[in-house]
Amino acid sequence: MTDTRPTSTGPLGGGDLNQASTLSGADAGSAVVVTDPTAAAQGVERVRSVRGDAWRDLRRNPLFWVAAVIITVFVVMAVFPTLFTSVDPREAVLSESSKSPDAQNIFGRDRQGYDIYARCIYGARASILVGLISAVGAAIVGTIIGLVAGYRGGWVDAVISRVAEVFFALPLLLGAIIILYTLRGDDDSYLWIITQVSLVIIVLGWPNVFRLLRSSVLQVKPNDYVLAARALGASPWRISYSHILPNAIGPVIVISTINFGAYISTEAALSFLGIGLRPPTVSWGVMISAATDSMRSSPHTLLFPALFLSLAVLGFIMLGDAIRDAFDPKSKAR
Amino acid sequence: MGKYTLRRLIQMVPVVLGVTFLIYAMVYALPGDPTAGKCGERPCSPAYVAEFRETYNLNDPLPVQYAKYLGKVVQGDFGESQYGQPIREELAERFTVTLRLGVVALVFEAVIGLLAGVLAALRRGGFFDSLVLISTLFVIAIPVFVTGRALQLYLGVKAGIFPSTSSFDATWYELLLPGFVLGSTSLAYLARLMRTNLADNLGADYVRTAHAKGLPGRRVIGIHALRNSLIPVITFIGYDFGALLGGAVITEGIFNVPGIGQYVFRAINDRDGQVVVGTVTALVLVFLIANLIVDLLYAYLDPRISHD
Repeated sequence: MTDTRPTSTGPLGGGDLNQASTLSGADAGSAVVVTDPTAAAQGVERVRSVRGDAWRDLRRNPLFWVAAVIITVFVVMAVFPTLFTSVDPREAVLSESSKSPDAQNIFGRDRQGYDIYARCIYGARASILVGLISAVGAAIVGTIIGLVAGYRGGWVDAVISRVAEVFFALPLLLGAIIILYTLRGDDDSYLWIITQVSLVIIVLGWPNVFRLLRSSVLQVKPNDYVLAARALGASPWRISYSHILPNAIGPVIVISTINFGAYISTEAALSFLGIGLRPPTVSWGVMISAATDSMRSSPHTLLFPALFLSLAVLGFIMLGDAIRDAFDPKSKAR
Repeated sequence: MGKYTLRRLIQMVPVVLGVTFLIYAMVYALPGDPTAGKCGERPCSPAYVAEFRETYNLNDPLPVQYAKYLGKVVQGDFGESQYGQPIREELAERFTVTLRLGVVALVFEAVIGLLAGVLAALRRGGFFDSLVLISTLFVIAIPVFVTGRALQLYLGVKAGIFPSTSSFDATWYELLLPGFVLGSTSLAYLARLMRTNLADNLGADYVRTAHAKGLPGRRVIGIHALRNSLIPVITFIGYDFGALLGGAVITEGIFNVPGIGQYVFRAINDRDGQVVVGTVTALVLVFLIANLIVDLLYAYLDPRISHD
């Protein structure tokens, strides 16, 4: 199952799709002969894998490059915040509380006298971490369970599908609030809370991936090459891993990229309600939550963290859209 | 049709049981003493604690507790909240408010979202199309609580066009702004979904055939292409209606709307298990029924889909 990782996390890194395409090009199941109309006109026929083709489309899409730049900046910000600022995000200058933006503090200071710019930079880490862990986690869990349900079928599928429906019917936000309250303890270190929030999102979010993968497994399963592999005596593990999965994973990559952004937003919403991340943790959700009380008198305290949050979410949604367009044969026709 | 509906209703039973048991187990796993704070600033008397535990079957093992609770719910008895009010009545009252809020959101979604989607698809690649694509991206990316707070401040408090908070009656007018905020994200998704589907269908062979037959353009788009494009859109709306009611926690909090979201959030804070389980059960039921209605609508939109 480790093979799903490069494909599902690859696009998130921004430039790793190439690796994914070589991976899939090597296996028998996913190599598809695509006749490029322009190449055919020149009398040259080329064989491309679906993903090689998608990557070519992706490179030509300006949306992809905008998204890639935004995401790269935020990832660098999350890993090396000191590259962007040398100000300590926890240094409060109370005498300058709610100061408007000026040359010294370009985003101004919030009510506690913290430098908003520094906090926006340091806040990226929490959001990106939650988004990454929950999107990758939900993708892996949903993929494994969806593969089992779709491949085995029968009563296994029926039972798993009912269980998935239970989690699917539970509203994400409400379910998360209840579970987080149950888990709430004395230990509220940074990493533990981030893990908690991510785990909750994974538990409530996997059916989303599961439904997609199960239905695309059902579409791939009746194909001749799957039958051929079975006739050759390949084990169920090998069939699902190297023949079905590479051909069924496409929609999961798209939805997981979009989920990455959506989960960042969910984390902020939970922090806004006071049950996600909490001070002294620096995160955009926590900043927005604190700023809403004073937004009438000093709107800049809300504006900047909201801007960072929205930009990050925007980046992932645009990337997901671009990947979807690249994978979708219908959009290529025109 | 009747048979199909019945089968779907029966399939719902294990899902509802599963969700309620999950919530029940989680709520009762909440740390802390359920009688804490019920007797003011002093510990409760042992007699009261014993009576409380007896009433709520807290001495039984969890599955037995759950079965007893379920037995009462089936008879329409949701129990009492911590404040001694019957939950069923309060739930009914608040549910109408949230449903109204959901309907306002849905109307905004359907009218603006569908219209924008259709117009964008008809002029694919044009200015309006780009405008819709870009503006919806931004609407999706900006979190609801920021939009809500900002609109409340600028349209409500400063401009005074809309009431900034809701009264206890929650009139339609008071629900306009919260409803718009609640529906804004879905509106954007819907517009994009409508656009993609309609644009795909407009390029399909059967649409070309209809044009070739000499049918008027309005009929080709309205009857042939639009109706076919509505299936994924309706699916989304059905799924979304349940999600809207769950997402009302934030909107109702911001605009002080006395609905389900506010009720359940307060109940979780107060550790009022009975209220939480009852409310979430009701929400899940609405979600499942909305999805059932959608599946029944399929047969109407696409005659090839039959439920017999």
